[in-house]
Amino acid sequence: MIEVINLSKSFQNNKAVNNVNFDIGENEIIGLLGPNGCGKTTTIAMILGLLKPTKGKILINKKNIENHRIELLHKMNFISPYIELPKKLTVKQNLIVYAKLYNVKNIDQQIEYLSSTLRLDKFINRLTGELSSGQKNRVSLAKSLINNPSVLLLDEPTASLDPETGNFIRSFLEDYIKQKKISILLASHNMEEVKRLCTSVMMMKNGKIIDRGAPTELIKKHGRKNLEEVFLKLARAEHEF
Amino acid sequence: MYGLFLRHFFLIKSSFPRILDLIYWPSIQIILWGFISKFFSTYSDYYNNTVGIILTCAILYDFLFRSSISFNMLFLEEIWSRNFTNLFIAPMKISEIIISLVFTALIRTLIGLVPAILLTSPLFGISILNLGVPLFFLFLSLYIFGITLGLFVSSGLIRFGPSFENIAWSSLFLLAPLGCIYYPIEILPEFFQILAKGLPLVYIFDETRNILVNNFVNFENILYAFYLNAIYLLIGICLFYFSFSKARKKGSLINMGE
Repeated sequence: MIEVINLSKSFQNNKAVNNVNFDIGENEIIGLLGPNGCGKTTTIAMILGLLKPTKGKILINKKNIENHRIELLHKMNFISPYIELPKKLTVKQNLIVYAKLYNVKNIDQQIEYLSSTLRLDKFINRLTGELSSGQKNRVSLAKSLINNPSVLLLDEPTASLDPETGNFIRSFLEDYIKQKKISILLASHNMEEVKRLCTSVMMMKNGKIIDRGAPTELIKKHGRKNLEEVFLKLARAEHEF
Repeated sequence: MYGLFLRHFFLIKSSFPRILDLIYWPSIQIILWGFISKFFSTYSDYYNNTVGIILTCAILYDFLFRSSISFNMLFLEEIWSRNFTNLFIAPMKISEIIISLVFTALIRTLIGLVPAILLTSPLFGISILNLGVPLFFLFLSLYIFGITLGLFVSSGLIRFGPSFENIAWSSLFLLAPLGCIYYPIEILPEFFQILAKGLPLVYIFDETRNILVNNFVNFENILYAFYLNAIYLLIGICLFYFSFSKARKKGSLINMGE
């Protein structure tokens, strides 16, 4: 479970994240939407302990990330299209390295499970750098699940993927959350993806959460046809809702 | 054609590290070889075994260079492969990162060093093993200083990102003239002698020459080198922790590799 309390981050005079509050329960996927530069990645980086908050705190399973960073990172993971795995290592070697870093027991069993469910079998012994972007994305997802995380942070997990691969990833996540005890924060620009996967959505702008609710509720509340239109309305608006 | 020239001209003009880089290498080469030439012209009868001493010092210097570069390379490879963030969200303490880098760098260094040592014997009839038991202490001392420099540079990489890469490559060349690798400290101008005395390299290479020329081991030099190494290593470790903390405040761990 994630609890974000009065979280703020300033870089010199710029407030990248401004007094953000939310929590994500077990088996919940919460969407984080907002225009580029609104503070989504900064928020995720603070949850991961990569960035020190200026104010506020983040509790993971009731423990503060600032005081228990290493302990909590054992049960967390992250995927982003802007971060890659070493290209000169095979897929299997990469998964073994990260399994070791996360002290995973039964490494072979875990890799076997992820390899079959994410369809990595055919290229598990190939160099990661030789794979297509869709295959690399599935490998990165496997890496992010190698430690059976109870907190998973997804930053645009299906960006630049073809519709088939994107759909496969979404279906996988839908099934995965039914089987495991996990809290997921999904930052995405794909509104259909957010509507399909998320129980609740937070709209972020200028470092603040300006509105939140279930996707269908938000569409209804703002009198729009779909989530994309809600996004555009909120992104262009000058006040909070 | 002019457009391509402008593309690089604008790049160089706007980047002080690039301008510094252009000036830096020729200056260092001239200073280093200037001191070496001065030494040989002044003390031409100093060595009976010039080739042996030069080669032994070159191997020891290369060991230092490899150990430091190996340490930096482990960091740079993660930045180049855009895997840096993955490592820092893995549950590893800073101390564990440092220890794993120290041992991995040692293996990388030895892979490069062993063939070099083996080649000198058939090619030049020289064996570095002639230094005897003190060779172990000289290697150990150089390795500690190498990883200490690696810690300094890695701290810069964590804090300032890939733009610090040039410093990673040039850090050892900066110290080479002051390290008195191929000549005694007396060759340096007085001001540089004061600076050089603060480096363990001076004592390590002075002792290497002493053993080879006089067949006598002065453990005082070796101990003093270890003493200086301990101070620099402690500073390096503290700097690494400090840089990590600063990077967490400034956000440089997020954008690494971009």
